[in-house]
Amino acid sequence: MIRQTLAVAALNFKTIPSRFWSSLVIVLGVAGVVGVVISVLAMVTGLAAAMQQAGRPDRAIVFRGGANTELSSTMARDTVTTILDAPGIRHDSTGHAIASPEVVTIVARPMRSGGSDANVTLRGVGLQGLALRPEIHLVAGRWFKPGLRELVVGEGAERQFAGLDIGRHLDLRDTDWTVVGVFASGGDAHESEILTDAETLQAAYRRNMFQSVTVQLQSPESFSQFKDALTTNPQLSVEADRESDYLAKLSKGLTTIMTLVARVVGSIMAIGAVFGALNTMYSAVSARTLEIATLRAIGFGGGAVVFSVISEALVLSLLGGALGAALAWLFFNGHGVNALGGNFTQLVFRLSVTPALMIQGIVWALVIGLIGGLFPAIRAARVPVVEALRTM
Amino acid sequence: MKYFPLIWAGLTRKKLRTILTLLSVLVAFLLFGLLQGVNAAFSSGVSGAHLDRLIVQGKVSFTDQMPLAYRAQIAAVPGVTAVTYASWFGGYYQDPKNQVFSFPVEPSTYFSMFPELTVPKDQVEALAKTRTGAIIGKKLADQYNWKIGQAIPVKSAIWTKLDGTSDWSFNVVGIFRDLDNPSQEMSLFFNNDYFDEARSFDKGMVGWYTVRIDNPAHGPAVAASIDKLFANSEHETKTVTEKEFTQSFLKQLGDVNFIVTSIIGAVFFALLFLTGNTMMQSVRERIPEFAVLKTIGFSDGGVLAIVLVEGLLLAITGAALGLAGSAAAFPLLESVVGIAHLPVSVIALGLFCAVLLALVTALLPGWRVARLNVVDALAGR
Repeated sequence: MIRQTLAVAALNFKTIPSRFWSSLVIVLGVAGVVGVVISVLAMVTGLAAAMQQAGRPDRAIVFRGGANTELSSTMARDTVTTILDAPGIRHDSTGHAIASPEVVTIVARPMRSGGSDANVTLRGVGLQGLALRPEIHLVAGRWFKPGLRELVVGEGAERQFAGLDIGRHLDLRDTDWTVVGVFASGGDAHESEILTDAETLQAAYRRNMFQSVTVQLQSPESFSQFKDALTTNPQLSVEADRESDYLAKLSKGLTTIMTLVARVVGSIMAIGAVFGALNTMYSAVSARTLEIATLRAIGFGGGAVVFSVISEALVLSLLGGALGAALAWLFFNGHGVNALGGNFTQLVFRLSVTPALMIQGIVWALVIGLIGGLFPAIRAARVPVVEALRTM
Repeated sequence: MKYFPLIWAGLTRKKLRTILTLLSVLVAFLLFGLLQGVNAAFSSGVSGAHLDRLIVQGKVSFTDQMPLAYRAQIAAVPGVTAVTYASWFGGYYQDPKNQVFSFPVEPSTYFSMFPELTVPKDQVEALAKTRTGAIIGKKLADQYNWKIGQAIPVKSAIWTKLDGTSDWSFNVVGIFRDLDNPSQEMSLFFNNDYFDEARSFDKGMVGWYTVRIDNPAHGPAVAASIDKLFANSEHETKTVTEKEFTQSFLKQLGDVNFIVTSIIGAVFFALLFLTGNTMMQSVRERIPEFAVLKTIGFSDGGVLAIVLVEGLLLAITGAALGLAGSAAAFPLLESVVGIAHLPVSVIALGLFCAVLLALVTALLPGWRVARLNVVDALAGR
């Protein structure tokens, strides 16, 4: 049986060149499905990576109770002071809490691509803000000096928006700001932001409220101690979240939508590809009716014929799957896209076509090939030998 | 029309193949309708945007507020016939997930600025008289079963009251409808006076102004003179038309257009291949039949037309069914894309693509049949 299957399958594959164009239908149809599914899911993994890298379990973010994002939160200075006294925060050698009270505001800037305005986050960080986030490092220029109206721009923001190069001036609320540096933070969410000193930003905006406080915990386990101290303090009405949890929550909406899009669009396309595969395999079978009847007449079993047709469909769709995965990787791996992030601001992230995604794509391809090959294979096995031979 | 049975016979010659091809065309256009429809919803913005209305917002970002004192200055700009204002409240009911799109407004001017919001006059007057009153949309009222006279607790994600809490309470005094755009009926409007008095910070500020102008053609000039009024002040403004305002939000959703075009491109390329291949195969198998047709007097153009019509019939039927399917799916997508029907322009574009698809795939085999040498074909050479 196995030898028979191999023999018939080999025969099939040898005749593929004569059915080149119709075989290509399966390959291209499957390549389309797999390419689209992988590309859209690559956005999801890219987004998740950007968010995961930015958030650490040993950092916590605090904002006003009931505010669901940093942007809608407001905290008075005395609240911030109380938060900084809470237990569980790590202190540096001089005894200062490693924490950053932050001012978050958004600025509309023209995008490089279209010229229309989009929002970028302008984050004023406390004096410890950079010590708190060792993953942030300067790639060009220098850091801002507290007290001077200076900005340091994330690599992602610099790429996406016009007029954020070093030396450029920005006019914010009738005050003049200069871009003095560019920072990178491993492609995470902060790279889509602009950083400056919190107090300077407050002075320029004539505000004295903060939006959030990010603190360095002594260890990831100290979070519950820290959170309990804040939530049981009757003077405070704040919420504390692990930074990693907060960022995952922010991107959840976008992730859910994109996964849904990948599934729905992918399934519809897959149904189309199945029809295409069925068509091709049915005509391949009908073109070979005589061949199959001859094989059956000289003693080949029905099972061998079934398996040979299915294996042909599987191999063609596997080729298509590999082609689709390769194209997705070639065109989209590392491709930067922007989307609306949590704070109404643009989040720049890179698509990442991971091996796991490619395997997922290949599985889609094999399922399409299996369904597309199964029914024609059954028909092939049922070819009435005598009648088929008589047409000679 | 008299050749229709002939074309029909050609299509039903191999029923399974025709059905499978039809189904793959159908699936492709189903996807086309869905994606282009969503894309059109995102790129065209709200079609109901009124051209005689401008939005004055903070220049640095739309979250920046402006002093209420700007109102008189804006009203004095030549070409401006009415001014009203609103702010973003960030309201939710019980859980932050249950957003209630709430806006503090001035009742006497707000509802006359937006005639598409239909609400009985006495309810607007009741709102002006009731300090904690609110007028809510029909959909919102239905969703939580809120009725006129009821007190409803709404929390704000942004605004705290003087007592430090963010629990606000409103008394429903009216229910409005917006027949053009039912998604607006999820909104809640309440008194700015109450809001300004009770909030703990940013008193005397408003989120944005809406301005009616005497002539849509004066839009750019009026916008420029409003922005000039407040240039170099602490709160600079950016005035745009209502349409630009909604578009700017949608554009920020991301590269929707790019994604949609890529997917449709991939689908159509595969489809072109599939139908093209099927047409070729079907014609190849019928070469002797076409030779017979030509022998009994069909012209070259006649057989070409038969093949073309066959292709057109297949593509247009598939496309029409697929587009009908996506049109049927649109009411389900209303909550996602904000429009309840497939735009006519998408249907037209889809049918155009179907014709193009048929011509491209049928022309080559049709050409082959038209050029057929009858003697060779009949001899099986």
